[in-house]
Amino acid sequence: MRPDSDVLSTEFARGERVMTVCNACRYCEQYCPVFPAMEERVAFGAADLTYLANLCHNCGECLYACQFAPPHEFGINLPQTLARIRLRSYEDLCWPPAVSAAFRRHGVASALGLVAALSALMYASTRAMNPDGLREPSGDFYAVMPHGVMVSLFGGVGVFVLVALGMGLRGFWRQVHAGVTRPSAAEAVRALRDGLTLRHLHATGVDCASAEDTRRPWRRWFHHCTLYGFLLCFASTSVAAVYHIVFGWRAPYDYTSLPVLLGAIGGLGLLIGPAGLLVVRRLRDAELRDSDQNGLDEGFIVLLWLTSLTGLMLLALRDQMIMGALLIVHLGAVLALFLTLPYGKFVHGIYRTAALVKYATEMRPKS
Amino acid sequence: METLDDHDVVVIGGGNAGLCAALTARQAGASVLVLERAPRHVRGGNSRHTRNFRCAHRAPTDLLTEIYPEDEFLADLKRVTEDQGDAELSQLLITRSAGCPEWMRRFGVRFQSSLRGTLHLSRTNLFFLGGGKALMNSYYAAAERAGIDVVYDADVVGIDFVETLCRSVAVRVGGQTRRVRARAVVLAAGGFEANIEWLREAWGDAADNFVIRGTPYNTGTILRLMLDAGAEPVGDPRACHAIAVDARAPRFDGGIVTRLDSLPFGVVVNTHGERFYDEGEDAWPKRYAIWGKLIAAQPDQIAYSIVDAKTAGTFMPSMFPVIASDSIRELGAKLGLPTDRLEHTIVAFNHAVRPGSFDHTTLDDCRTEGLTPPKSHWAQTIDTPPFGGYPLRPGITFTYLGLKIDRTGRVVMKGGVPARNVYAAGEIMAGNILRRGYVAGIGMTIGTVFGRVAGEGAARHAAR
Repeated sequence: MRPDSDVLSTEFARGERVMTVCNACRYCEQYCPVFPAMEERVAFGAADLTYLANLCHNCGECLYACQFAPPHEFGINLPQTLARIRLRSYEDLCWPPAVSAAFRRHGVASALGLVAALSALMYASTRAMNPDGLREPSGDFYAVMPHGVMVSLFGGVGVFVLVALGMGLRGFWRQVHAGVTRPSAAEAVRALRDGLTLRHLHATGVDCASAEDTRRPWRRWFHHCTLYGFLLCFASTSVAAVYHIVFGWRAPYDYTSLPVLLGAIGGLGLLIGPAGLLVVRRLRDAELRDSDQNGLDEGFIVLLWLTSLTGLMLLALRDQMIMGALLIVHLGAVLALFLTLPYGKFVHGIYRTAALVKYATEMRPKS
Repeated sequence: METLDDHDVVVIGGGNAGLCAALTARQAGASVLVLERAPRHVRGGNSRHTRNFRCAHRAPTDLLTEIYPEDEFLADLKRVTEDQGDAELSQLLITRSAGCPEWMRRFGVRFQSSLRGTLHLSRTNLFFLGGGKALMNSYYAAAERAGIDVVYDADVVGIDFVETLCRSVAVRVGGQTRRVRARAVVLAAGGFEANIEWLREAWGDAADNFVIRGTPYNTGTILRLMLDAGAEPVGDPRACHAIAVDARAPRFDGGIVTRLDSLPFGVVVNTHGERFYDEGEDAWPKRYAIWGKLIAAQPDQIAYSIVDAKTAGTFMPSMFPVIASDSIRELGAKLGLPTDRLEHTIVAFNHAVRPGSFDHTTLDDCRTEGLTPPKSHWAQTIDTPPFGGYPLRPGITFTYLGLKIDRTGRVVMKGGVPARNVYAAGEIMAGNILRRGYVAGIGMTIGTVFGRVAGEGAARHAAR
């Protein structure tokens, strides 16, 4: 049950009205996939709007090109309308549904609070169960938190996160792709390529808009730093796990080792990217955004940033007295990030990619 | 306001023609002031509602397929205007259209690729990426970079002549009237289609029921000032381009989304529930623009397009919902039409429809027999519920009356003498080329080419 089903229907009703005007106009049809996908339709129900909203990259071009943008009496602001529907779709697809309220409770303060709370909890349990681990600067992470504890905690959370994200994806796909043929491998590859290159933020040969007369590549590059930084950090952890489990090589690893190099480069990306996105976001025309999602965006950005910051500090200061405390804070940040992945901004990547796959299937040449 | 100081060139009107003139004059070294009557958010006149540009080309380009030779362009133009346009200016327009895309790109204008598009005009017409407002945004950004002064909410109320030389213009900004001196003036202020009083002179009370598809700022003040100052008019003062729009459209600025393409697929009846014209007379793009005048001539200037379920998906969707019903009588009641009369009209129509193979992409063989007026093509019985209706009004796109110009873009005064330093571009002089009819994208070609001609002339004059 959704507590806000009235709001939900209002958002979809507005979306339907806006798309009906857009579909009678079609001037924007070469900006991005939203418009060709729109032209395939004559009616815009919840499933259509969920699909179109997640296909939108919020590049902003269509707002500035629109003859009917506010203050025109039609008041068409497609980027903002679709942004609102996106948030509703995140809530709608949330698993378990009872947690869907989380999407509206994010913010810088709640992110910091969650990291602090989880760190404090881990600090307290470490003190209680492993008091020696925090005293000696051994450079050994597992002296602070035993490997088995770390693996069960993060492995358990990781499995839960995968299940929750998977359920959301399943729900999205069932809703938007009902009864349609499966995507071919080539279509899936094309969709993934378009997602990973953020092609639709610069598909017209010019970068996306941050204001009427401003086209800059920064948003795209900072997103790349963030995404690829995240993936490199993930790769670092995976390699480290292989080292530990397969070869029995124990952390900490040498500064020139693969896990450290991947983690350091990824961490730098994850430091620069989110910081840049935060700045770019605040400089962007507020008309392009849904101001209700400031917390959703910035909470996620802060968690990514804290994870990389504490991770890099840990790398630099791992032989110092402070290592134990730093490790706990870093693990607190990582845990907070993991726990909120299915209930925060992260899900946009999942649904956007799925929408791109659907789009590739839909644009298949008709026989 | 220091931007209202003297400038070499003052451009009145901030639409496509005005900005093309301003950018051209600035590139030639003149200091330029643009006086735009609208506030910033609706700047750009009717150019905001446009979408494409007709362009001659001798070879395929990345934007245009095949070739579109000048003589073919001229033939297309002559066909719709019935050869009533000025031959020399028409030729100038077409010759200079070819160089425009490259010129436009220099100012950051972006076009659609020719691969796909709603209208199949990829051989003859360039489509602005995002449409006319995006085009105007590019021009305004370029104007700012070039150091052109632009004043919004600037209402020009006087043009001061000493014989045929304009010394200054009077402009109201922020409740104050200021006099701006200029060496040369470009008039690019559009037509008078948004001036209901003026429309009433030609159309009487019917004008009260017209929908104005574009900007409410085209009230023809500049046109009137110039005619009063002794400029030579060109074009029929009564003539306007008008199509059928949904009667639920706003009075002004409804733009492209209020037009209705359903007309050829059903029947069109007036407020008495009676048909009044052959809905299937000719290919739709060609007959699209006769319906404004046809509806304007009907009682209360209203008509109704009636279709049935068979036509679903055959015409562009409308922004307004169809008024639907499972019976013709009930539909008539919903539309406020006499139900008996409407039912009789539909029954008589259905009875007259001859069998044929329906094809909305060609002039097919589906027609009526023994019916007045007939329906010559796409005649299908209206018998499959739900039935649908759309109320229609005449929607004015532009007016034809304008100022006569010479081949350097100067306004010609009565007696044939050109004003020494006053140029005209865009809709205000389109009547030199287009006294009737219309061909897609020609308005923007006229604005761009004659904007550049006027800008060149004005800069040249200012430099003397």
